[in-house]
Amino acid sequence: MSDRPAAQSPWQTVTISRIEKRTPRVTSFFLEPSRPFAYRAGQHVDVRLTAPDGYQARRSYSIASAPEAGETIELAIERLDDGEVSPFFHDIAAVGDEVELRGPLGGHFVWSDSDGGPLLLVGGGSGVVPLMAMIRHRAARKSTVLVALVFSARVWDEVIFRDELIDLHDRRDGFDLVLALTRESARRPADYSRRLDVAMMEQSMLRLPAPPRFAFVCGSNAFVSAAAQALIDAGVPASLIRTERYGV
Amino acid sequence: MITRGFSSGRKPPTDADARIPPGQYLEQGFPVLSAGPTPRVRTEDWSFTLKHGPRPIKTWNWTEFNALPLAKMTRDIHCVTAWTKFDTAWQGVLVDDILADAGIEPPTAFTLALSFDGYTTNVPTQDLTAGKAMVALLYEGKPITPDHGGPARLLVPHLYFWKSAKWLNGLQFTERDEPGFWELRGYHIYGDPWREQRYTSDP
Repeated sequence: MSDRPAAQSPWQTVTISRIEKRTPRVTSFFLEPSRPFAYRAGQHVDVRLTAPDGYQARRSYSIASAPEAGETIELAIERLDDGEVSPFFHDIAAVGDEVELRGPLGGHFVWSDSDGGPLLLVGGGSGVVPLMAMIRHRAARKSTVLVALVFSARVWDEVIFRDELIDLHDRRDGFDLVLALTRESARRPADYSRRLDVAMMEQSMLRLPAPPRFAFVCGSNAFVSAAAQALIDAGVPASLIRTERYGV
Repeated sequence: MITRGFSSGRKPPTDADARIPPGQYLEQGFPVLSAGPTPRVRTEDWSFTLKHGPRPIKTWNWTEFNALPLAKMTRDIHCVTAWTKFDTAWQGVLVDDILADAGIEPPTAFTLALSFDGYTTNVPTQDLTAGKAMVALLYEGKPITPDHGGPARLLVPHLYFWKSAKWLNGLQFTERDEPGFWELRGYHIYGDPWREQRYTSDP
């Protein structure tokens, strides 16, 4: 037996305090940590579920809330039909339930307003989640860093955080939203109704007064590969592009 | 802590379960993860350099490197994002054979793997030798695709897979254990999946 005190578990219990449906497939879960939880915009957490027979499943989820949002952590989770953690959240989890969480994790796909800009953000589907944390962080800090978000979704109703993003855009204070809908007509004048391409990246960069200092790209592997290549072809140095891929 | 309403997908224990490290799940696909855009390295531009600190020991071009003895490794691989994939089949050059071709014994106890995109990851030298690791050139008999690290990637299958650096262009022997890209960003200095050494604070 060791006489050293047991190290504190890296896992903590968090309580679901609110559940908000964002799109038909994406729901936000607001979690209250049991011990202090400081993080940076863009970081993720690991969530762990335990069955009565001891079986555990863990998955990583990006944080959608800004570090300034107080103690509550927002995860926006897409339901994957063949998953084992996201169906639990969507079908079973209720306000008051507890799950285990570890984090914050990741020290690369992160941005603070003190890192400067301009910033070019490119998100596909739920890949917008860590970018949303950066956009909310910018707004909370009343940052003057110029940020453009190119957000690709299949249809208008699958644009996660749509109303909030449009509100932020309409402030005209240096945050610019462009939507690229792949299966529906564009609804806003500057939006696109096609898949992301080089021309779209070039036009998006023209919305910034100077070349981006950083570009963050998040989504499925196929999306990130295409978007990162389009950025490179549009003249963004590869060394400025940070990517996060779901892996599939 | 038991999660209310979460039921196990667990089936009776099988031989396969003993091959899955703690906290991992079995994946049939081959997910792609990386910190930046996928570099497109042409084999005519490819080279591999063995270094001791800043000093180059030997450099091979693609043709020279492919003339080294080719070995096969079929291994289970374990990604820190929690997927495990069984029986991945690689061919490449054992680190032992690279050292032999350079005519050297490992000069230090630590190694830093170097990649075309600036990525680095540290591995103790003894985890690379004695048949434990290779510079892989083929996956399932075909050239490794750029997404999976081609033309050449390190393969250290007994450690979490971020240690198996993609787009490899060198191995550098270092006097000290120098943290690499992810090791400086919160990930474990060694990364043994069987001891679940995922993050810096893991024992």
